[in-house]
Amino acid sequence: MQNPSTEILGADDVSRAITRIAHEIIERNSDLNSVVIVGMQTGGTWIAERLCEAIERITNGTVLPLGAVDISMYRDDFSLRPIVLSAPTDIPVDLTERRVVLVDDVLFTGRTVRAALEALNDHGRPRAVQLAVMVDRGHRELPIRPDYVGKNIPTHPTDEVSVSVNGVFVTTHAESV
Amino acid sequence: MSSSSIVIRGGTVVNPSGNEVADVRIVNGLIDAVGTGLQGDVILDAAGAYVSSGFVDLHTHLREPGKEEAETIETGSRAAALGGYTAVVAMPNTDPAQDSVMVVRFVRERGEAAGLCEVIPSGCITMGRNGANLVPYASLAAEGVHIFTDDGNGVQDPLLMRRALEYAAPLNVTLAQHCEVSRLTEGAVMHEGACCSSMGVPGWPAIAEELMLHRDIELVRLTGARMHFLHLSTKGSVELVRQAKADGLPVTAEVTPHHLALQDELLRGFDPLFKVNPPLRTAEDIEALKAGLIDGTIDAVATDHAPHAAHTKEQPLDAAPPGMLGLETALAVLNTAVNVDVRRIAEVMSWNPAQIAGVGDHQGRPIAVGEPANIAVWDTTSVWTVSRDELASRSKNTPYHGMEVRGRVRHTIFRGELVVQEGKALK
Amino acid sequence: MKHLLSTHDLSIDNIVAILDTADHMTEINARPVAKVPALRGRTVASVFFEDSTRTRLSFESAAKRLSADTMTFSAASSSVNKGESLRDTIETLSAMGVDAFVVRHKSSGVPAAITQWTGASVINAGDGWHQHPTQALLDTYTITRSFGLKDSLQGRSIAIVGDIKHSRVARSDIDVFTRLGAEVILVAPPTLLPHNIATWGVKTASSIDEVVGKVDVLYMLRMQFERMDSGVIPGLAEYSSRFALTPARARLLSPHALVMHPGPMNRGIEMVVDPSDLPGSRILQQVANGVSVRMAVLFTILGGGATATLQQGVDA
Repeated sequence: MQNPSTEILGADDVSRAITRIAHEIIERNSDLNSVVIVGMQTGGTWIAERLCEAIERITNGTVLPLGAVDISMYRDDFSLRPIVLSAPTDIPVDLTERRVVLVDDVLFTGRTVRAALEALNDHGRPRAVQLAVMVDRGHRELPIRPDYVGKNIPTHPTDEVSVSVNGVFVTTHAESV
Repeated sequence: MSSSSIVIRGGTVVNPSGNEVADVRIVNGLIDAVGTGLQGDVILDAAGAYVSSGFVDLHTHLREPGKEEAETIETGSRAAALGGYTAVVAMPNTDPAQDSVMVVRFVRERGEAAGLCEVIPSGCITMGRNGANLVPYASLAAEGVHIFTDDGNGVQDPLLMRRALEYAAPLNVTLAQHCEVSRLTEGAVMHEGACCSSMGVPGWPAIAEELMLHRDIELVRLTGARMHFLHLSTKGSVELVRQAKADGLPVTAEVTPHHLALQDELLRGFDPLFKVNPPLRTAEDIEALKAGLIDGTIDAVATDHAPHAAHTKEQPLDAAPPGMLGLETALAVLNTAVNVDVRRIAEVMSWNPAQIAGVGDHQGRPIAVGEPANIAVWDTTSVWTVSRDELASRSKNTPYHGMEVRGRVRHTIFRGELVVQEGKALK
Repeated sequence: MKHLLSTHDLSIDNIVAILDTADHMTEINARPVAKVPALRGRTVASVFFEDSTRTRLSFESAAKRLSADTMTFSAASSSVNKGESLRDTIETLSAMGVDAFVVRHKSSGVPAAITQWTGASVINAGDGWHQHPTQALLDTYTITRSFGLKDSLQGRSIAIVGDIKHSRVARSDIDVFTRLGAEVILVAPPTLLPHNIATWGVKTASSIDEVVGKVDVLYMLRMQFERMDSGVIPGLAEYSSRFALTPARARLLSPHALVMHPGPMNRGIEMVVDPSDLPGSRILQQVANGVSVRMAVLFTILGGGATATLQQGVDA
């Protein structure tokens, strides 16, 4: 049974969070020209695009390379569920010696990020990889932590978290209450 | 022979003169009485069943000598008895082939030892079925061989076939042809048609059968010798035989139950179980064969019972040997596939083949006092499901496994002895 | 999808999904490190009872780029020569732990038969004259992507030239091309056409000259030398005169027309022209696409992504 979802962040909150993260990325990376923004297919790609736009706006014209990475071929849970291919990987530059900001919507167990790190390696050897997420919902299963977070939200493992331009919503399933 | 009396009670006796409900009593290998209210030591229930002369199979591969892992004369005889047969013609493609007095005697003696049905050896047309040298027809005829055939191969050489017919004619034997021009079937796997074409396997054209059949009909016309045609499978073949008979030629023909019941489409799954020579044909051919069987163009239903050990059928379709079991399912498959009356069943399963096999003096006889007691009791209504695991044959290659059929053999009496009772072999 | 035995097992949706997946694989193959861990821990056994080095290598590259372990069994150097039965061979290899068999055999129907003796998936890499489903998929991939198409060949005409009757490639291609809406024209002498061709929903032509200027794709088949020995055609010279792609004929091709060949080519017989002189040649592209498409097939069968549809919003 589907329960009504609760709004955690509104559309304006999401927009403000993206702007804040863009500022943090600029502050943290003095050599901004070496940064590549890579969105994770498919939930992270729109956030990555917004981050690029925000950085361009804030810096008055610095356009960072924008890429996308599909991690379905790198998952470690094939036996647990069918693999569903999303959109193809598109990395526009060699990542060697670059600073990569990996972008996803929700950070949960960390397994997707682990797979993405492996996927990025096949496109070169970055100097550093930083992680930006809109929501950190906890329950990590791997030693992975985000560098930039839109919002930390305590959740139950069975909750569903959805992120879009319209906001962040959490749906709690009846049986998990 | 049994010294006690057997009474078959309450069945419908099927005779050329007509059908009647009557009891039949058997004493000392002969029919002792036909009437009502007969008493005896052993009473067999035949209510709702037909009582006819035992079936005679013109075409049985017993595999012994040479391929005893597939079938022996004893296991094949048991399968025959369960199918209502009291006589089978043992095909000569054994190893060694049945081209000498020694091998022919061996087959007959093994059949007698099994004692389940009469095993009638056939002889080859050519030595070792090599298509080159004639067998000693007269010596083999003196051993009681009546049917000569190179079955498995057609005799390709028209000159040799002409000589065989000319030589054998005065001996009062019958040459039986497996009609197949082998040059047209090299590597062939299944009927050449739409199905084979899309499956990408070499086709077995109808013309390969019809060409040789046509040649041999003309040789019969030329020599006047008698000829029998094995396992017709095509519409064109039926028409050729129909015309030959209309011309008054001394020819007879048989069809197998599987060519009446099964189509080439069954090979879609590449299962070698459905590979047979000649191949399963199309619905149109099946309809023509049924019509030929009903109108008398085709004289007999013969099984072409061809056992193969499991490992030989577990090969690619093109490498697997052709052939399928038939003895234990023949009546049921015929009765299920073709709308024939019981008189025609008795005719094509017993009376006609007994004549063609040259055993008409003691097989395929009327159910009448004083006649030899070779009898089958069967019905046309019992519905059962064929299971390869319940067959008596040593091999399992029945194409009917899991299929529901109608009609069953209840009892078989061979030379006055009860060999099958209520569908179970007694020895 | 458990097995891939025949193109007839594939719905149009299945075909489109596999080709979409092949796009992902093409992207992977273009990377500096053309390898992903998708099938780590899976074992793919290529079991070739008939030699075909290029098909075997294509499948093995595909498996390796997906990080599957590979085993190779070739009849020439195996116990098949010692009389081991097909069933025993398959059961023995299965017992070593195989997730998918890639099977090539000279007899039609063998891959289907093998499914009874193993719990592993079976992929047909060519059986007799019957089927070569991955070839049809890679050919379809090559044609659609060359024309910027995704899921249809509607309005395109494809001539297949040569020995159709004995060709598993033709049987597979004809099925997929016609179901995707292409007009297929078979160009061959009647002795090299399958029986009952009238029921196949294709056109026929008796010389390459009838089609060369009109078609979008000219698909040349390999002419097997042994066909001459069996008297199916009178001779190579006569065959070439009616069915070979010559420089003169190549000049008549439409500017956008593709020339394809499943390989290996017989230069001087069906290919009198040098394909490197043909702007429309996709023959090497077919080989490259073969790896991508076979990766897509292996991934679809072993990765569990049966439909591989583009789904949005996959949760981490």
